Amino acid sequence: MDRELKRGSTELLILSLIEYRARHGYEISKLIEDRSGGVLTFNVASFYPLLYRLEQRGLISGRWVEKAGQRRRRYYKLTASGKKMLKAQRSTWRDFVDAIQRITAAEHA
Amino acid sequence: MRSWRDEIRSAIAVLNLEATREAEVLEELSQHLQDRREAMLASELTAQQVDEALMQELHDPALIAGLKATVHSELPFLPVGSDSGGQLLGRIWMDLRYAGRVSIQNPGFSLVVILSLALGIGANTAIFQLLNAVRLRVLPVSKPEGLASVRIVDSPHCCTGDFYSDHPDLTADIWNQVRQQQQGFSKIAAWYPTRLNSSRGIESKPVSTLMVSGNFFDVLGVQPSLGRLISPADDYRGCGAQGAVVSYGFWQREFGGDPGILEKKITLDGHPFQIMGATAPDFAGIEVGRTFDVAIPLCAEEAISAKGPSRDPVAWWITTIGRLRPGWTLERASAQLAGVSPGIFAATVPVQFDGPARKDYLSFRLGAVPEANGFSTLRTNYQEPLWLLLGLAGLVLLIACANLANLMLARASAREREMALRLTLGASRPRLIRQLVTESLLLAVLGAAAGVVLAQMLSPLLITYLSTQLDQVFLELTLDWHVVGFVTGLAVLATVLFGLTPAFRASRVAPGMALKASGRGVSASGESVLLRRVLVVSQVALSMVLLVSALLFVRTFQNLMRVDTGFQQGHILIANFDYSPLKLPESSQMVFKRELLTRIQAVPGVASAAETLFPPLSQAGWDGSVDIPDGPQRQDVRLSRISPGYFKTMEMELISGRDFNYADAPAAIHKAVVNRAFVLKFFGKTNPLGRMFYDSGKRDMPYQVIGVVNDTKYYSLREDPAPIVFVSFTQANGPQERSTLMIRSNESLPPLMSSIKSTASQINPGMVLDFSALKTQILDGLLRERLLAMLSGFFGVLATVLAMVGLYGVISCLVVKRANEIGLRMALGANRLDILAMVLREAATLLGAGLAIGAVLALSVGNIAASMLYGLKPRDPLTLAAAVTAMAAIALAASLLPAQRAASVDPMTALREE
Repeated sequence: MDRELKRGSTELLILSLIEYRARHGYEISKLIEDRSGGVLTFNVASFYPLLYRLEQRGLISGRWVEKAGQRRRRYYKLTASGKKMLKAQRSTWRDFVDAIQRITAAEHA
Repeated sequence: MRSWRDEIRSAIAVLNLEATREAEVLEELSQHLQDRREAMLASELTAQQVDEALMQELHDPALIAGLKATVHSELPFLPVGSDSGGQLLGRIWMDLRYAGRVSIQNPGFSLVVILSLALGIGANTAIFQLLNAVRLRVLPVSKPEGLASVRIVDSPHCCTGDFYSDHPDLTADIWNQVRQQQQGFSKIAAWYPTRLNSSRGIESKPVSTLMVSGNFFDVLGVQPSLGRLISPADDYRGCGAQGAVVSYGFWQREFGGDPGILEKKITLDGHPFQIMGATAPDFAGIEVGRTFDVAIPLCAEEAISAKGPSRDPVAWWITTIGRLRPGWTLERASAQLAGVSPGIFAATVPVQFDGPARKDYLSFRLGAVPEANGFSTLRTNYQEPLWLLLGLAGLVLLIACANLANLMLARASAREREMALRLTLGASRPRLIRQLVTESLLLAVLGAAAGVVLAQMLSPLLITYLSTQLDQVFLELTLDWHVVGFVTGLAVLATVLFGLTPAFRASRVAPGMALKASGRGVSASGESVLLRRVLVVSQVALSMVLLVSALLFVRTFQNLMRVDTGFQQGHILIANFDYSPLKLPESSQMVFKRELLTRIQAVPGVASAAETLFPPLSQAGWDGSVDIPDGPQRQDVRLSRISPGYFKTMEMELISGRDFNYADAPAAIHKAVVNRAFVLKFFGKTNPLGRMFYDSGKRDMPYQVIGVVNDTKYYSLREDPAPIVFVSFTQANGPQERSTLMIRSNESLPPLMSSIKSTASQINPGMVLDFSALKTQILDGLLRERLLAMLSGFFGVLATVLAMVGLYGVISCLVVKRANEIGLRMALGANRLDILAMVLREAATLLGAGLAIGAVLALSVGNIAASMLYGLKPRDPLTLAAAVTAMAAIALAASLLPAQRAASVDPMTALREE
C-alpha cells in the first residue's frame, strides 16, 4: 500500500484501536494486520516511531503494566486530547470517504 | 534464542539516547520482535528466514529517522563526564551553556559575584586607563617611536633665568644654535605652549596656543583636515601677526565645523590672525592631558608681546621635537650634541651673567631624550599617585576575590551531592574541575564586562576631577590593547584566585560519603574551614593595609588644609588686569597702576586691595640671590614685588618696622620688607631694621630692611619657611602693562566681580580682565592629595566592608557546624555568656592574626607612600592604632550577630538534629 496514504491513516487506526481499552504495541500492529486481512502491515521501523510521535503529541500515553505470569509490557491508552483528535479524524475520514464514494458512484449512474 | 536487545542497541546506538529512555525502547522493541518471531515461526517460514526478515526490518533506515524525530532526551543534558567524543570547542560550548544555566539558577549568588568583581575590576580599570593615557600610550602621530627632543642633561646647575612653560628646555639663542649645529635629527622643530586672550571685550577668554616653528607639523606628520598647516615659509624673523591654524576640536567647538573659517580672522592678545586651516581630528596636541586651540608661527611671539621671551637671553621657553636621522641612535645623537655643547653655550652666554653664573652656564651639556609618549606635567604629577592607587585598587580586588573564594567554598558544600553523583556516574576529576572553573570564568568575564562599563563612567569623572579653572585636562580614553589586556588579565587572575581552589576541593569529595551524608555537607570538614579561616585572615590583613593608607592620606590632606600659610586665604579675589592693549607709554604706567588700585579700593564692598607680582602658592615665583655685607654671599632668596597695603590685605603680621608707602619713591634707596626666616638666617638675633643687603654681585643695588613680617608659604604648602624679600611697586615698575590685585571683600563673588568689571571699563574699556579666588587656587594645588585621600578612603571603606562580610560568613558557618557541640555544652551547664565568649574568641583569633599580619604589611609598604605624606610619618603610631581600633570595632559588630545566634541555640533541638 502507498506509504503516504498509509501514514496518514495509520494514526486514525491506532487511535481507534485503543479507544475503549489499553493495548500494547505488538497487539495494536497485529490487530491492524488481522482486521485488514493482511492488506495493512507494519514493520518495527515504521510503527514505533509513529507510536512515539503520538505519545509525544500527547494523544496517547503509555505505561508499563505487569500482569501475573507475563513479562511487563507497555500499554497505550487514549488521552483526553487523543479522544478529541480521534473524533475529529473520524469525521474527516468519513467525509472523505463519502466524497470519494459520491464521485465514484456518479460515474456508475 | 537470539538476543534482540543487543541487535536493537547496536541499531539505535547512533541516537545516543539518554540511558533510561534507551532502556525503555530496547525493552519494548525486543518484546515486539520476539512476539513477531513466534507468530512467524508458526507459519511455514524457517527460523533463519524469519530472523533475516526481522533483521531487515530492524535495520530499515526509517527506524533511525523516525526515532530521531520523536525520541530525544527530555532532561537537560548533564555532562557527567566522558572526555571522549565531540570537538574541543563543542565541549567548551557545552560547559559554558551548563555554567550559564547554573548561574541563572542561582541569581542571587551570581549577582553578588558579578557585582563584587565589577567593583574590583572597574576601580582597577578606571585607574589603569588614566595611567595608560598619561604614561603608556604613544603620541597619535605617525611613527612616534622616532621622536626625541633636545634638552640640557646631566647639568646640576641648570638653569637660572625666567621659565615660561611647563617644559622650558631652551632659550631662543640656544635653539638657533642647536638648529644649525645638530646632526642626529633629520628634522627638528621648536614649540612653546602659552595662553592668549581671544576676547575683544573686557573679560578675557583664554585660548591655548601653540607657537611652533615652521616645520613642526611636518616633523610630527600631521595633516590638515581643512586648508593648510603652518609651513617653514610662514616662520621668518619679523613675520608679525599673519596666519593661524586651529585644532579640529576648536574648529568644531567654536565654529561648528564651518569651512567658511578660512575667510575669518581670530584675535589673539589684540592681534588679528588669518585662519589658514585646521588640523586632522586625531591630533590633539603634543602634550598629554592638554589640548591646544590655535597654533601660530613661533616668529609671531615678537609681535604679540613687546618684552616677550624671544627678546630675552635668559628666558627659557622653547621645547624641541625632532626625528632621529635613519641609522642614528639616541646615544649617537646625544654624543654629537655633547660635542657641540661648549661652542653653543660659549656663543650664547647672556651678557648679564657674572663669574659664577657664567661658569655654570658654560658647563651645560645638551643631549637627546626620547619623546614617543609626548610631554606631560600630568604624568610628572600623577604617575606616582596613580601607580599607588592602582596598587591599592589591586588589593581591593584581592580582598573581593578572597570573599568570593569563601562564597564558592560555601557553595561547594551545597553542591557536593551533585559532584558526588557525577563522579559516581563516571566523570573524571579533571572534567569536574574544568566544569567548575568554566563556571567561575563565566562569572569573571561577566564581572569584568560590568567592570569595564563601570570604568567608562568612572574615568571621565576622574579626569573632570583633575581639571581646574586654569588647567583643563584633556585625555582621550580609548579601549586600546593595553586596557583590554589588563582587563583580561584581571578576569583570569580573579578566576584563578576565587575559582580554582574551591574547584579542586569540590571535586575531591568521596562520592559515597557525600551521597550518604544528608543535609550537612562534608566539606565543612576541618580542612575546608581552615582554608576559609586563612582567607578571612588575609582579608583582614589586606584591609588593614588599605585602611592604614587611607588614614595616612586623609590625614595628610587634613594636615595640608590646616597648614598655617601665614596669611588669610578666605575672602580674597585675585583680579588680573591686562592693559597692554592701551599701549601706555612707559612713563605713565606707574601712575596708571596707582590710579587703578585706588579706584578698585573705592569699589563698594572692597575692604582692602593691593597689588602683587603674583599671588602666593600660584606656582609662579621669582628666585634671586643676595649678598649680606660682612656675611654670607650668593644666598638664595625668594622675592616678590608688592604695593603698600599688601600685608594688611593678606592679613599678614608685621612683626616690626613699617609697611611700604607712596613716599618710597623710585629715586630713594630701595626698601625691603623681609620675613622672619630671612632675619633668622642672615641677621641672627641682631636688630634687622635699617640693615642693608645687595643683589648678588651688584654693590650698586643695595636694599635697606624697613620691616619684618611673619613667614608665609611661597611655592607650596609643604615647604619649610624660606627667606623671602618683598620689594615695592612704588620704587620700580614690575611687570609692565599688567597688574595682579589681591582684593579682600566679604561680598559674594559674582556681584563683586561685576562691580570690579564695571569700574575697570569706566577707567578704560580696552583693558582685559580675569578673576580667580585665592582659596580655590590653593585648593586646586592640593588636587593630588585630595585625589589620593578620596580614592584611598573609598578603597579603605570598601575593603573593610568586604573583609567584615567575609568574617561574618565564616563565623556563621562555624556556628552552624558546631551547633551540636554548642547544644551539648549548654546541656552540660554552659550558660549563654560562655557560648557568646567562645564564638567571639574564635572571631578575635582570626581578627588578631589578620591585624598582626596587616600591621606588619602596612609598616613595610608605608615607605612607598612616604614622599606623598605631610605632617606624619608612614609609621605613624596614631594612624596604626586608629586602624586597629576601627577594624576591631567593626569586626566585633560583624561577629556579634552569629555569636548571639549560637548563644540562643536550644540545646534539645541542637542535639536532636544529630
